[in-house]
Amino acid sequence: MPPIDIARPFSRILHYDATSGKARVEEFGLRAEHLGGSGLAAALYEASGLAAASPDAEEQPIIFAVGPLTGLFPLMSKCVCGFRSPYNGQWTESHAGGRLALALRFAGYDALVVTGRASELSCLIVGGHRVRAVPVPFLRGADVFRTGKYMRGMVKGFSGHRSTIRIGRAGENGVGFACINVDSFRHFGRLGSGAVLGGKNIKGIQVVGDSVSALPPGKSYPSLVRDIQLAVTTTSAMRKYHDLGTPENLEPLNKLHALPWRNLQKTSDSGISDMTGQRIAEDLLLRQSACAGCPVGCIHIALLREQFGDEHDYLYKQVPYDYEPLFSLGTMLHITDPERVLSLMDETEKTGLDCMSAGVALAWAAEAFEKGLVSEKETLVPLRFGEWEGFETALRHLAGRDNDFYRLLGQGALAAAACYGGDDFACVLGQEMAGYATGEVFFVAQTLGFRHSHLDNGGYSFDQTVTEKDAGAAVKYLLKDEHDRVMLTCMVACLFARKVYTTEKLQECLSSLGLEDMAGVLPEAAGAVRDLRWKLKMGTGFDPQKARIPKRFTEITTWKGGIDATYMEETRGLYSREILRMGGR
Amino acid sequence: MKHLRTPRMDRCIGCQCCVLACARLVHKLHSWTTAGIHIRSSGGLTTGFEADVCVACEPAPCAQTCPTAALTQRKGGGVIVRHELCLRCGECAGVCPVKAIQMEQDSGLPYLCVHCGQCAPFCPYGCIEFTDDADRDAPDDAIPVPSVRIRKESGHAPN
Repeated sequence: MPPIDIARPFSRILHYDATSGKARVEEFGLRAEHLGGSGLAAALYEASGLAAASPDAEEQPIIFAVGPLTGLFPLMSKCVCGFRSPYNGQWTESHAGGRLALALRFAGYDALVVTGRASELSCLIVGGHRVRAVPVPFLRGADVFRTGKYMRGMVKGFSGHRSTIRIGRAGENGVGFACINVDSFRHFGRLGSGAVLGGKNIKGIQVVGDSVSALPPGKSYPSLVRDIQLAVTTTSAMRKYHDLGTPENLEPLNKLHALPWRNLQKTSDSGISDMTGQRIAEDLLLRQSACAGCPVGCIHIALLREQFGDEHDYLYKQVPYDYEPLFSLGTMLHITDPERVLSLMDETEKTGLDCMSAGVALAWAAEAFEKGLVSEKETLVPLRFGEWEGFETALRHLAGRDNDFYRLLGQGALAAAACYGGDDFACVLGQEMAGYATGEVFFVAQTLGFRHSHLDNGGYSFDQTVTEKDAGAAVKYLLKDEHDRVMLTCMVACLFARKVYTTEKLQECLSSLGLEDMAGVLPEAAGAVRDLRWKLKMGTGFDPQKARIPKRFTEITTWKGGIDATYMEETRGLYSREILRMGGR
Repeated sequence: MKHLRTPRMDRCIGCQCCVLACARLVHKLHSWTTAGIHIRSSGGLTTGFEADVCVACEPAPCAQTCPTAALTQRKGGGVIVRHELCLRCGECAGVCPVKAIQMEQDSGLPYLCVHCGQCAPFCPYGCIEFTDDADRDAPDDAIPVPSVRIRKESGHAPN
């Protein structure tokens, strides 16, 4: 096979049908139109014509898409997973790093599309020179770590040149927020991609990067790579992500009264002194790691040492940590001992649950338990704020869908509240909240955001930097920021690099590769992708005008004082109308 | 004469910037398999990283076994590579004592480090070094440690 043309006009797609076990490679569309990543996944889904079909139908695809700059520039290291969410039935995306993006690029594909359902639990192995499924019935119920170890032995000779993604029990059992673990330390976390893979009877996928692409002649491309590498490594641009990492935010957000505690009953607590980014780094940080193609090294891995016997019997675990799991499995459950929070993270990891959704759902359960809406009859173990043991057991019940209560909770706190009461204090903004109690604009932004993610736009930043309560200005900001982020998620960049990769810089990168046509239309094409994503989301069940913000979010106090419900409602109304417009309604 | 060394792999974060730089700058290709250095974990990412790279043998068994002089001895250690002479027999990869020669699947050509040093500036943590012959026999820990290149930023902002 000759080297693949990096500037080809079409996307190169590997389709695998798990039902028949057959694969085909397709030349799809025009890259100058769908770009890559978010845009490619959306275009592929639109072309499938399955928006009207049931979200859990076998023919529904799960799509892993990379972009035209993947692996070619620093921090172009993310992969987009597009799927119909088992949490809400809608078209959505989740993004992950690790090695998957580069492995797909080096396998020679812009996207991998998996449809159908395997007749028995299987692992899929794909690369530029291989596609095969391996039956793994003996891995049913296996945790994420054991599955990874087994899968690494399935293909010999490609250490460092492959990516291993897999699910745990939660994915096999169809929990609405089961995740896909990517290369041990990264995840397609939110909205249930793990359950989609489980529904296809696929325990994991190994992508082997065994092909070669040709680069353009001349010095402009390598010289631009060198400039950007210097910008991200020798300037201050990326330092905070490497040093303490995102946990650096714990202390300042607590000080701002913007850190959710005890199911958002509070926004600040003196207990933060036990769990600051600084303290975790000094006491528990083992090392940093990086996604392939990124020199920053933002992945922080803690060493968790546990005594398992009466004598000097210890085991150790390496647990990746970030701000969000420290919030969701820590402050939200009012647990401030970092080692115990790490234990909960480790359990979440093993079972293959999304840590943010699981923690916030359990925080609702703890308040429902506190208020007597549910008892041990439902929860099976006492769920009390500050008592980590109960939550550790509850994570296993969630992954196992062990009774009606945990089956409902696995569809989110609002699904459980619909049965047991307590929807006023379900901290759900489209999905379980992210860790920013910054105010009205963020609450609207997550509720209505395409992925219901704090990464859809910088709503939390607007809350912190703009003091005037101007709903029009807020929505204008959200729209511009979403557009710019869509550009990045089409390439597919890590959003930590958003200050480095301006529109002009992205256009320069594309041009240096011979993709001048794409560079010329980049802002317009990103706008079209944004609109297509909204069209697909609304075509699969999302109605922005019906999205509501639970009462708990109106009851909090931040550094700015109480929440202004009128301002929040005005922002919500304006933004929902804009979303309808973008989606062609 | 300078050589590439890997004295501080215990600092490696697995970013693979060196691999990509080699493929890009030396071979004008974009891949994991057309580079003279390979970064791998030994049994999963929890175990840290190792580098597979030419250790500049003199005499070099790969050059001695090459039937067509596609690989020839480089003065001071290592080899000079001429792909246009290669028969794609793979004998060189088989005799390399440190398994640092990768046979690329599509072309069938061997890829190995030519000690040009172009990858070294792309390592953010000084794991690899392009050093003078004078340092060649020095223990790894005798090579001066460069400062980490990621620099400090002030202020706090959400991610």
